[in-house]
Amino acid sequence: MKAIESFETPRPSEVNYINAQYGLKSWLLTKDHKRIALLYLGSITFFFFIGGLYAMMIRLELLTPQGDLLQSTTYNKVFTQHGIIMIFFFLIPSIPATLGNFLIPMMIGAKDLAFPRINLLSWYIYLLGGIITIYALLAGGVDTGWTFYTPFSTTFSNSYVVAAGLGIFINGFSSILTGLNFIVTIHTMRAPGMTWFRMPLFIWSHYATSLIMILGTPVIAITVLLLAFERVSRVGIFDPGLGGDPVLFQHLFWFYSHPAVYIMVLPSMGVVSELVANFSRKNIFGYSFVAFSSLAIAVFGFLVWGHHLFVTPQSVYAGMIFSFLSFAVAIPSAIKVFNWTATLYRSSISYDTPMLYALGFIGLFTVGGMTGLFLASLAVDVHLSDTYFVVAHFHYIMVGGALMGYLGGLHYWWPKISGRMYPEGWGRFAALVIFVGFNLTFLPQFVAGYLGMPRRYHAYPPEFQVFNVLSTAGASILGFGMLIPAIYFVWSMRYGKHAEANPWHLPGLEWRTQSPPPTENFEVTPVVTWDAYEFAPREEIEVVGKFGPEAERI
Amino acid sequence: MQSWIPLVPDSASTFSWKVDALYFYLSGVTLFFTLLISAVLIFFVIRYRRRTPYEIPRPIAGSHKLETLWTIIPFVIAMTMFAWGARLYFEQYKPPQNAIEVYVVGKQWMWKLQHATGQREINELHVPVGRKIKLIMTSEDVIHDFFVPAFRTKTDVVPGRYTTLWFEATKPGKYHLFCAEYCGMNHSGMTGSVIVMEPREFDNWLSGNTGSTTPAVAGQQLFQTLGCVSCHGANGEGGRGPTLAGLFRREQQLEGGQKVIADEAYIKESITNPQAKIVAGFGPIMPTFQGQVTEDQLIQLIAFIKSLPGGAATPGASPAATPAATGSPTRNIR
Amino acid sequence: MEQQREAGTLGMWVFLVTEIMFFGGMFLAYTLYRSMFPAAFASASNHLDITLGAVNTGVLILSSFTMAMAVYFTQIGKRRPQILCLVLTLILGLTFLGIKAVEYHDKYTDRLIPGHLIPSAPFGPAVNEHGKPPDHHKLTLLTGATLPQVEMFYWIYFAMTGMHALHMIIGAGLLTFLLIYSIKGRFDPEYHSPVEVIGLYWHFVDIVWIFLFPLLYLLGRHLEHG
Repeated sequence: MKAIESFETPRPSEVNYINAQYGLKSWLLTKDHKRIALLYLGSITFFFFIGGLYAMMIRLELLTPQGDLLQSTTYNKVFTQHGIIMIFFFLIPSIPATLGNFLIPMMIGAKDLAFPRINLLSWYIYLLGGIITIYALLAGGVDTGWTFYTPFSTTFSNSYVVAAGLGIFINGFSSILTGLNFIVTIHTMRAPGMTWFRMPLFIWSHYATSLIMILGTPVIAITVLLLAFERVSRVGIFDPGLGGDPVLFQHLFWFYSHPAVYIMVLPSMGVVSELVANFSRKNIFGYSFVAFSSLAIAVFGFLVWGHHLFVTPQSVYAGMIFSFLSFAVAIPSAIKVFNWTATLYRSSISYDTPMLYALGFIGLFTVGGMTGLFLASLAVDVHLSDTYFVVAHFHYIMVGGALMGYLGGLHYWWPKISGRMYPEGWGRFAALVIFVGFNLTFLPQFVAGYLGMPRRYHAYPPEFQVFNVLSTAGASILGFGMLIPAIYFVWSMRYGKHAEANPWHLPGLEWRTQSPPPTENFEVTPVVTWDAYEFAPREEIEVVGKFGPEAERI
Repeated sequence: MQSWIPLVPDSASTFSWKVDALYFYLSGVTLFFTLLISAVLIFFVIRYRRRTPYEIPRPIAGSHKLETLWTIIPFVIAMTMFAWGARLYFEQYKPPQNAIEVYVVGKQWMWKLQHATGQREINELHVPVGRKIKLIMTSEDVIHDFFVPAFRTKTDVVPGRYTTLWFEATKPGKYHLFCAEYCGMNHSGMTGSVIVMEPREFDNWLSGNTGSTTPAVAGQQLFQTLGCVSCHGANGEGGRGPTLAGLFRREQQLEGGQKVIADEAYIKESITNPQAKIVAGFGPIMPTFQGQVTEDQLIQLIAFIKSLPGGAATPGASPAATPAATGSPTRNIR
Repeated sequence: MEQQREAGTLGMWVFLVTEIMFFGGMFLAYTLYRSMFPAAFASASNHLDITLGAVNTGVLILSSFTMAMAVYFTQIGKRRPQILCLVLTLILGLTFLGIKAVEYHDKYTDRLIPGHLIPSAPFGPAVNEHGKPPDHHKLTLLTGATLPQVEMFYWIYFAMTGMHALHMIIGAGLLTFLLIYSIKGRFDPEYHSPVEVIGLYWHFVDIVWIFLFPLLYLLGRHLEHG
């Protein structure tokens, strides 16, 4: 009781970052991390709907076993572009560039990121990459699969590979600069008293994500560049005619693209930590374990890329090492799930929309993560590789995991970002619809995959039809569910209830300034003397099941 | 159409039930933990729902014991999954001795197969039940993948190298063959069947399907027309060039001290890029045939060389490693 | 100010780590193909002009020295030596690029451009009147080397040195910017982090070349000269 009441609520003021300056130029040339976050929010939502349109086309085509809706060349372009847009232009930037940009300075008590102009630059680079990619799509499309395997992409494809590759290459720099900005900010700009172990877990996740961004993205950059050179010069290092190795491309490609999936899911895990702690009014069980598991995932994530090459001529022994490491990388994720669940024990749980998304994440990420174990297991992966089982697995992580976290975070911080509340009833309804629709879409795909239905097939044997029909039905429900928040968020910006500074009554630093915040975030730089999620006074915190004689802080 | 929805495809090879068993174990563990976590979550969410607006629960920060427990137990379970999968994988990719060989060339968008006895097939593979079959595969253009769900096995088919896949069919029937690596416009059309027959039926099929010469005989013809005999002799006995009789799977000593195993990849390289590995005691005088022989013809030449007496027929002659499906000729898989 | 300086330096170090990863992919390809085609790589490397390469290496190392001196002079506030050192660094950098251009031109006249070596390739040279491919001036193939493998070497050579040269050009641009601002007197002992940070970048580009030079130029030198 006392802790909550003692939170200082700031004096409300009329001026905030949204109305501080008017005019297009003040937005397009802004250095304010919060405005840049909104710029990103708009653009990634745009790309999300394009990617979603492609998804709709895929599911419609797959309703029938024959390839009757789209020509095969069109279908090949559709699934390629669905992958490219969703991965590079939605998932990778989503949480870091919107929620991360908005909240990291606030959560550590800073006025902005370390390099505000580089932050703006990274948005423009993202747009440039996006425009070039859209050009590739409109000019005729790309049909190599988002994985661009050689020699098909270098020598045989007649589509706009170089343009798409260029778009992805440029977009990579946006990622690198964001990661660079976050790392330097977290190292050098924490408010007085904000030690590493007082930071919210959202920051830890983004720190780990940023490490992956800066180390991994340059490798895809050079890979895409080498691919483009080879395609243009018609000779190159992946060409078997010269003695080159097409499988080398796969190694270079997956060296980034596997860590990339952790770029997509780690921020979401950070959001879930925030949601679980704050909507159960309890500090996260095992805080330092959760913090270190983010780092462990980042490190181990770089060591497992070969599990995408189990059915290639990669050495059997290398396969075994990669399989072992792939099982190892699952353990830190499992630790997080257990800690989140334990946090709920004897807590005080509210059923607000953000919490629903967090709970959904925990369940769906468990399924996604455990089905990943099927694929880490060598002999089973041989059967399941390139089937719909893989498609179902990664959608459970990307949509059931990353997207749920993103939506949960968006709802949670919406009052802070916009100063308005979203309609809670509709929020809960949409969360439920999305959960049901999602499972109906992807659960049947596991079964279809084990039965042998290959991926990237636009026509398939009739015995797989029942699974595809269920999946498309689910996708329709999922699509409908996604439209609901899109509508009410926009609605709320004009008609939503005004939000107070701390509508959820929480101790986080970001809630100690008004909603929406002023441009400089805090009127006075805070001096931090409390831990993250410190709901109860410090003296009351207990550690159970301890090994040593004294109670220690975890 | 199925009247009931199956969970596993037809089981038609010696691998099938083994992979299924591991799959069911993985499914069981997944189901168990998913249900467990879901049940605990639902229970907690109901039992500990907020009752008064400003209540603060007891702040339990952590437990070393629990952390250790739920790190070690999942790790141990994960290791069982790893070990089981790895062992079975070894079996799947260790090519067997005394297998019937079939040569496969994948190209956009069809499968061309040729039995060692000469029969050619397009998009279909007839095999007898109960015998080990080894496929030696390459691609003419892009990467493909030979996938038979009923056998629970697949391997990428890569241009520029040979990959191998083996299986032993257990149940007669007709089973799907899919290309499982995206290869362009008609990837979904690059399908076919593997037809498993009782031994007697298979023999009938074989005898009813001659008409093509065997790859080895075709290779012998090529050996003459391409002029190989002038240096290697009509029966591979050697001369200006190294002896080819009994070469296959033997260890070859090269100029410069290196040793290699003469497998399919080595023979192919010697034909297309002879300067790469010169046999000890010989000069770099063999011309290259790159661009003058197709993948099919290379397979025929290789089959001919394999057939020369003293080679693969006497496995005891090559105690050194069996080439792995991965193309690493010096690796010894136990 | 101190925090900003610290942040700026940390930021540049982080960026340089990304550059290491970027070049790393090409180093991987180089390592792989060199181990697969040792004779071809030795033949092609032998043919590269070691004198020009060594001179370039010396030029870059000297330029790193002058860059470090420029930073030093800025830190102690001596403007004229600072500007002089920046000018020298820029001249040395441009010298490097000039020598590189000469080397590239030589490759062009010797027809050692990927895509132009092998007669049957799309851009390949026509067979001359004796029915033989044109002479690759002074390029001798060692035992076991083939033309396609040599082509692989040159592909990697152009990719790596080209990417390096691009970074040099960017570096020259940054130096020009530094020069202009130095002349205007914008840097002093209190504020000179752009000089330090760009100095770091310049040193990094130098170090990449120090790796490239032996790997590309010094293979097979113990064998017969081409």
